[in-house]
Amino acid sequence: MQVKTIVKAFEAVAGVDNVLSEPADLATYAYDAAVLDKVMPAIVVRPTSSEALGQVVRLCNENRLPLTVRGAGTNLSGGTIPLPGGVVVVTNGLARILEINTEDLYARVQPGVVTAKLAAAVEAQGLFYPPDPGSQAVSTLGGNVAENAGGLRGLKYGVTRDYVMGLDFFDVDGGLVKTGGRTVKCVSGYNLTGLMVASEGTLGVFNEITLKLIPPPAYRKAMMAVFSEMGQASEAVAAIIANRVVPATLEFMDNFTIRAVESYSQAGLPLDAGALMLVECDGYPGQVEEDAAKVESICKEMGATSIRVARDDAERDKVWEARRAALSALAKVKPTTVLEDATVPRSKIPAMIRALDAISKKYDLTIGTFGHAGDGNLHPTILTDRRNTQEWERVEAAIEEIFEEALAMGGTLSGEHGIGTAKCRFMEKETSRATMVYSRRIKSAMDPHNILNPGKIIGGQS
Amino acid sequence: MTRMQELSRMMKALEDQLVVCMKCGMCQAVCPLFAETGREADVARGKLALLDGLMQQMFEDPEGVSQRLNKCLLCGSCAANCPSGVNVLEIFIKARAILTGYQGLPPAKKAIFKGLLAHPALFDKLGEWGAKFQKIFTKPASDVIGTSCARFMSPLIGDRHFRPLAETPFHKMMPSLDTRAGASGRKVAFYVGCLADKIFPHLAQATVDVLTHHGVGIFMPENQACCGIPAVSSGDTETFQRLVRHNIRQFKAGEYDCLVTACATCTSTIKEVWPMMTATDDRLHAEARQLADRTFDIHQFLVSELGITGGEAGEADTPVTYHDPCHLKKSLKVWTEPRTLINASRGYRLKEMAEPDWCCGMGGSFNLQYYPISGRIGERKRDHIRSTGCRIVATGCPACMLQLSDSLSKAGDAIQVKHPVELYAESLKPT
Repeated sequence: MQVKTIVKAFEAVAGVDNVLSEPADLATYAYDAAVLDKVMPAIVVRPTSSEALGQVVRLCNENRLPLTVRGAGTNLSGGTIPLPGGVVVVTNGLARILEINTEDLYARVQPGVVTAKLAAAVEAQGLFYPPDPGSQAVSTLGGNVAENAGGLRGLKYGVTRDYVMGLDFFDVDGGLVKTGGRTVKCVSGYNLTGLMVASEGTLGVFNEITLKLIPPPAYRKAMMAVFSEMGQASEAVAAIIANRVVPATLEFMDNFTIRAVESYSQAGLPLDAGALMLVECDGYPGQVEEDAAKVESICKEMGATSIRVARDDAERDKVWEARRAALSALAKVKPTTVLEDATVPRSKIPAMIRALDAISKKYDLTIGTFGHAGDGNLHPTILTDRRNTQEWERVEAAIEEIFEEALAMGGTLSGEHGIGTAKCRFMEKETSRATMVYSRRIKSAMDPHNILNPGKIIGGQS
Repeated sequence: MTRMQELSRMMKALEDQLVVCMKCGMCQAVCPLFAETGREADVARGKLALLDGLMQQMFEDPEGVSQRLNKCLLCGSCAANCPSGVNVLEIFIKARAILTGYQGLPPAKKAIFKGLLAHPALFDKLGEWGAKFQKIFTKPASDVIGTSCARFMSPLIGDRHFRPLAETPFHKMMPSLDTRAGASGRKVAFYVGCLADKIFPHLAQATVDVLTHHGVGIFMPENQACCGIPAVSSGDTETFQRLVRHNIRQFKAGEYDCLVTACATCTSTIKEVWPMMTATDDRLHAEARQLADRTFDIHQFLVSELGITGGEAGEADTPVTYHDPCHLKKSLKVWTEPRTLINASRGYRLKEMAEPDWCCGMGGSFNLQYYPISGRIGERKRDHIRSTGCRIVATGCPACMLQLSDSLSKAGDAIQVKHPVELYAESLKPT
């Protein structure tokens, strides 16, 4: 079929205003937040009903059109970059919170609901949805589930996967598949929910998501510890966990990041500090005070030069302001910001920090490191200018070496950003030949014409 | 070189600013237009990608990009929220100038900018005639708000509820002023602005009254021209520079410490756009920079320079809610001062609305070109105003005052729209 005929068919199911095919519109769906080349789709569709969404998937399959689902397009591994001549299905027309159930503690949402909006709506009902990826102000829950997004609270509360109770999704024929449900326990059939989480749009298209909610913590306490060396801070992280304290959040940033944040926000951070550690404990007041005291004494033992405990909400906000500013501050240093998320077992953090330092020197690159120290998920952030081709080659080599180091330590390519196209060629190294074959078999059984976000995760498409 | 290659070469002037965008998409959270449409081409990241596309010669013709670039309120919410600090407004205004230079100005805009706006005396005259004849075509819509609407179907007015042209514009009431510094020891130049002159002369009068009350001398030259924002945001740099040149000449005649305006848009244009868009003329640029550096928003002058502070709250105070004009809060970072001024107005007390800094949807010519979307953005603001239960909403920009009046009047809300300076001036009068 000609593009024009297909546009007509999409218009018939999704409405004339919800189908875009002019070059100047298509060009705005050719990228996401990953540092990768643009790819122009042929058509963009924005369904506003479940029926339309299912029909769009079916039409793509019938016409062998590669389909890429897009929420807010904040993906950091290229998962929402379409294929040439493909179809982008935008989910922000399906953005209703369908139910917040305060008795059975779950929420049902459409895939286009913005993460922070759900979190706020849930909070207004006295409940808590913990996953808080950095892009939560714009990211969609559909995208969060498709990527298994993490966030600052991963250490204690887990990641998106831990909150997905059930899903409805469309298969390539437009049939509605249901998995999981509204009950805490549910063992009916294969755990397709588990399969769909982090599937990056390669196995089905989400229609409705059921998410677990929990009661919010009654009390919080935040603190900031200063270390003269990154090594000490990472050892303090390991010691905190080893002492059976699990803070809600346990973050750190290196000297380069501290200086960037300070020049950006004048927050009064110590410029000569080798590392800054930010901790928040939450729970019942008694337990929080006990944990906080433990953290404080461990930090001192590990050589912290100063510790500041937030006495009220304003001081707590100040502590987190510095962390929230980290990426912005680094991004302002150079035009191109490559945000990596290779993750290692917690005990390997000191080793990973040393490896990053060596890599930065070896390739003569500026790398600021901050991140979720408590769960081993670091964000080495390479600051560069992609237009400088010589430096860019060194950046690519450095990224590859970061992956190799992380894998050698028993870690993973990606803690929370996904594989997409950016990391799929390293997948076999992390897993095995057989894993790739097994995954590709699943993919070809579910999607025989390979139309669902082809090339992502398992490769096989340029 | 083909024409698209030539355009690409022109766009390269913006390259260093364009590459700063890391495509994180955080602008989606704050863009008032994107909140209504959900379209990527409506949000800053999308528009920046389109300009990058022009530079990379991705398009066969620039019209599609140009249209999408112009569909923007220029409210600056994206820039204020941008993690990488992309200078969005500067890029957009410069890109509009490049595209208009390349494609030419549409005939209607050409007639208005070059034939009318560029000639301040003629523009004033036409406004006076308009004020006389407008009643033939319009009828009152809301007594409280002071709006009018079309008497019969009119393609120009549509279903707008607008504030009509004042019967006597301010320049007829008070053509010029040159008073000495009084008790404050300060003297300011007063730039009136088109809307305060032709639609809200009461606001211009209130500004003069307040300054005089505080012993501030005023230099107000006659024959002031538009600040140039309508022309420059349509890419007409020539008319813009002509207006800047004219205004600088008028204001050169007096001596004063600083220049004030009661219009958020005029202030931000003088402070930011005058220096930004006059770089091709060294002398003009230097003069514009000099004036810009000593230009103040009226609230900022009254509170930060004169030291006016909020008074004690009274039991019987009338609650007033406040809308942050984008050009004040996001461009100039002025947002505490108007609130202080409201609380300094005897008998009035500030009551915050939800999302006070969410754009009202006016956006100057955006409202003319995209009235239905502008109206939807206005409705969100109206709902927030209404929820406060206040009978008065104040805002520091006459352009926002127009939009709030339209939104409230159409919904039948009896809520007055005022400028904080008007409230303050009123409270100074003996009771």
